Amino acid sequence: MATYELNVNGQRKQVNVDPSTPLLWVLREELKLTGTKYGCGISACGACTVHVAGIATRSCVVPVSLIGNRSIVTIEGIGKDRVGRAVQDAWVEKDVVQCGYCQSGQIMSACALLKANPKPTDTNIEESMGGNICRCGTYFRIREAIKSASGHLK
Amino acid sequence: MPSINSKARALSVILVVCSVWSVLTLAGPARGQMSRKSKAGTAKRADGLTAWQQIYSVLTHPRCINCHTATNYPQQGDDRHRHFANVIRGQEGNGVAGLNCTSCHQQTNADSTGVPGGHKWRLAPLSMRWQDVNDRPLSSGAVCRTVTDRSKNHGLNGPGLLKHHEEEALVLWAWNSGRRPDGTMRTPPPLTHAEFVAATRRWIEVGMPCPQGK
Repeated sequence: MATYELNVNGQRKQVNVDPSTPLLWVLREELKLTGTKYGCGISACGACTVHVAGIATRSCVVPVSLIGNRSIVTIEGIGKDRVGRAVQDAWVEKDVVQCGYCQSGQIMSACALLKANPKPTDTNIEESMGGNICRCGTYFRIREAIKSASGHLK
Repeated sequence: MPSINSKARALSVILVVCSVWSVLTLAGPARGQMSRKSKAGTAKRADGLTAWQQIYSVLTHPRCINCHTATNYPQQGDDRHRHFANVIRGQEGNGVAGLNCTSCHQQTNADSTGVPGGHKWRLAPLSMRWQDVNDRPLSSGAVCRTVTDRSKNHGLNGPGLLKHHEEEALVLWAWNSGRRPDGTMRTPPPLTHAEFVAATRRWIEVGMPCPQGK
């Protein structure tokens, strides 16, 4: 076991866990931030996506020992910034969610895309969101919501 | 009294003998030297080509060539299959926003989850592709010409290539590639890193010869 000081959604958090523990389980089990979901556990589905130093990161495969002092933003914190707010509003406007299980990961990836590229093309959206799987098949509405958020970010 | 004709014949014979003697005594050693030089050059080139083949065996090993693709995606595994999760190259070779290489690959291997990692994890540029668009490794000669082309290799000369093979973090990673998700160790290249560097040094010392042909 080891103690780690983490910066999560702008707050300092201390956890005492095994160094090999994936960040996902630190967030969910230690910090009770359960908005980030466990999907596949092998970084293949995107449900566990959070931002680490601004990079959309699959938290299920990153041991907490490799985080260092990089800041972490989860679905609970993403709405505090302009892009996150615009994306969440667009998700509501376009009624994207069906079962909802993958949607926190979808939103985190969409925010990373729009922060890097505020005016993405359809190709950009397909490439950036290609690692986020939705069993309900909400892909069309996700794309429309990203475009809508992009429009509001003018 | 000998006739004029017989005098002329005798003189001709003398001239021919002198010419042959001159050629044998003067040109002979030079030709021998050239022959020895030529033999030495051929031997050096052969040594260099042998060293290159050792280098090529490493470059085309999955730990190296999986990120030297000609396509818009990396490969993974010893069977060099397409990287899962729809990972794509992106403009800078490090994925795209929302799906960067570093979305999973950190600064070091994550042995507890089986995800390899290293400094600035990314694909090699397309100029340094070592396979064709059908994911087949290029020939030894073709890879050699790519590696030695300074318009394609970021301007690296011989010493630069040696330094790259000796010190570049992602090159070194091939010999410290960590565990697979099932806990077993990844297969290393066929030479040790020291052997790889020694082969590179020998190849560079004889002028970086490349095999001929496609």
